[in-house]
Amino acid sequence: MQQDLQQIKTIIARNKLWQGLFAVVGLLSILVGIVTLITLILDLFIDGLPRLSWQFLISFPSRKPEEAGILAAWVGTILVMIVTAIASIPVGIASGIYLEEYAGKNWLTGLIEINVTNLAGVPSIIYGLLALGLFVYQFNLGESVLTAGLTLALLVLPIVIVTTREALRAIPNSIREAAYAMGASKWQTICDHVLPYSIGSILTGVIIGLSRAVGETAPLITIGALTFIAFLPDPPIKAEFPYISFSWLQAPFTVMPIQMFNWVSRPEPDFQINAAAAGVVLICMTLGMNALAIYLRYRIRKQIKW
Amino acid sequence: MVERQLQITIKPSSSRLLRNIQEKAIEILLFLAACSSVATTIAIIGILVYESITFFREVSLINFLTDTQWSPLFDDAHYGILPLLSGTLVTTTVALSVAVPLGTIAAIYLSEFAPFRFRELIKPCLELLAGIPTVVYGYFALLFVTPLLQNFLWDLPGFNMLSAGIVMGIMIIPYVSSVSEDAMRSVPVQLREGSYAMGATRLQTALKVVFPAAISGITAAYILGISRAVGETMIVAIAAGLQPTLTWNPMNEAATITAYIVSVSLGDLPHGSLEYQTIFAAGLTLVLMTLVLNIFGYFLSRRYREKY
Repeated sequence: MQQDLQQIKTIIARNKLWQGLFAVVGLLSILVGIVTLITLILDLFIDGLPRLSWQFLISFPSRKPEEAGILAAWVGTILVMIVTAIASIPVGIASGIYLEEYAGKNWLTGLIEINVTNLAGVPSIIYGLLALGLFVYQFNLGESVLTAGLTLALLVLPIVIVTTREALRAIPNSIREAAYAMGASKWQTICDHVLPYSIGSILTGVIIGLSRAVGETAPLITIGALTFIAFLPDPPIKAEFPYISFSWLQAPFTVMPIQMFNWVSRPEPDFQINAAAAGVVLICMTLGMNALAIYLRYRIRKQIKW
Repeated sequence: MVERQLQITIKPSSSRLLRNIQEKAIEILLFLAACSSVATTIAIIGILVYESITFFREVSLINFLTDTQWSPLFDDAHYGILPLLSGTLVTTTVALSVAVPLGTIAAIYLSEFAPFRFRELIKPCLELLAGIPTVVYGYFALLFVTPLLQNFLWDLPGFNMLSAGIVMGIMIIPYVSSVSEDAMRSVPVQLREGSYAMGATRLQTALKVVFPAAISGITAAYILGISRAVGETMIVAIAAGLQPTLTWNPMNEAATITAYIVSVSLGDLPHGSLEYQTIFAAGLTLVLMTLVLNIFGYFLSRRYREKY
């Protein structure tokens, strides 16, 4: 009996030791990720920060690394993002609403759902090939801001659809029932109640989607975005009639990640410093958007009290 | 509002008709938006197959699958996909041998060991890893990780699949850990309580009860990680070099399918030329690989689905 107790105690001690060991290993493996993240950001900032100046932000790329800047790149990124947002947000939210609120259980709905899941797993460069074949050569949109924006919109669409659906699913049915009880139609219920309550969560998903689009490089290289560009597209607002111009949609362009890729793939170390500086701006853009999304999610979760 | 109510009371039938038409129109509009994803899939398959058919008229499929050289841009052109496949497989393997163990252990720790507040703090931080643009990872792999590895692997060339794969693996950690953690957390708490009641420790419960119960979700996480690694482009394009070579050694320079597509797109591609079609043939191969993975994952997760 005494011996048995002793045995049990050693087994317990051994199991506890294993458990403690695992906790340490677990913490360490999380640390690998976090430490890499911090190292990456620090490395980028140490290399790039000295190069970062006002001059860098408002100069065109140049053959001389110390004169080169990212003006064309960040203007291009903003223009492309405008097209992406305009194209992807309405379509994404609309399909999210259809799938969550309207769709019955039939094969067509199943097909759409399988498609959305599958599209989220398609490598981004495939979207570039699609855009090259379809937008550039079939629709003759050219290697333009419009093509790039639409390409990234297709890429972002599954993210917007999935988050819209999750946001709508979080709205309790009692709200819908209350609206119906007051005689509201289905669309009135959605438009006046369900959508306004879920718009915060939808926004979070949209921001995350757009921040992914900001960092996407491969599909835009595939459609033939230029890597060296020393002019800006036409401004969208003009001084003379009709004041608004859409010629910027057809303009050739470059974006931040492509500019950085161009610099990093050159052998001269000076250009790699430029790449680091562009990377600092890029990472501030994407991490800023991610942080905004996380903050919004946190606020929304705190606010909601059904 | 008052006006509308008045109308309803006066002419209920016509306004109801109008309302019904409006409702139907909105539903059709929303349905069309939902169909956009189906249209995208059809367009992707259509474009890839259409351009590849013209490619395979020039190059036989057997040649494509067995030739050990890929040099479509040279005078002595060879169209064998094997070098690109070997590059893709090697970088994917390196990435997974980083991401799968680290991601799984992190997921087990976060779901079974970590205190609530710690988890709420760490999870978004890990997810930031997936939010960093891949170009930046490429820079990091080429100019930080490779020189670091060269400190003890002296003969490591400047471009190599090892550092690209390692960095890619770290990028994939959150995909693996997030999805598997969700899967493990959705395991009912009664299973854990039952295990504790039998005298099991946290670790025993995690490894022998929760992990097997969540295996379908964890498999889905691994499949997601693999398809990310196969499709990842910029890290390999920057850090692994762009030279298609048939090699299984991660210390070598090589090109993946995605890196090849990028490197060719950087030049001026004449539309309709054979070089132009090669990127679609390569893209079709990539899509087929991810498709097989997805189907495989689907069946695997169904095969092992636990019912509670």
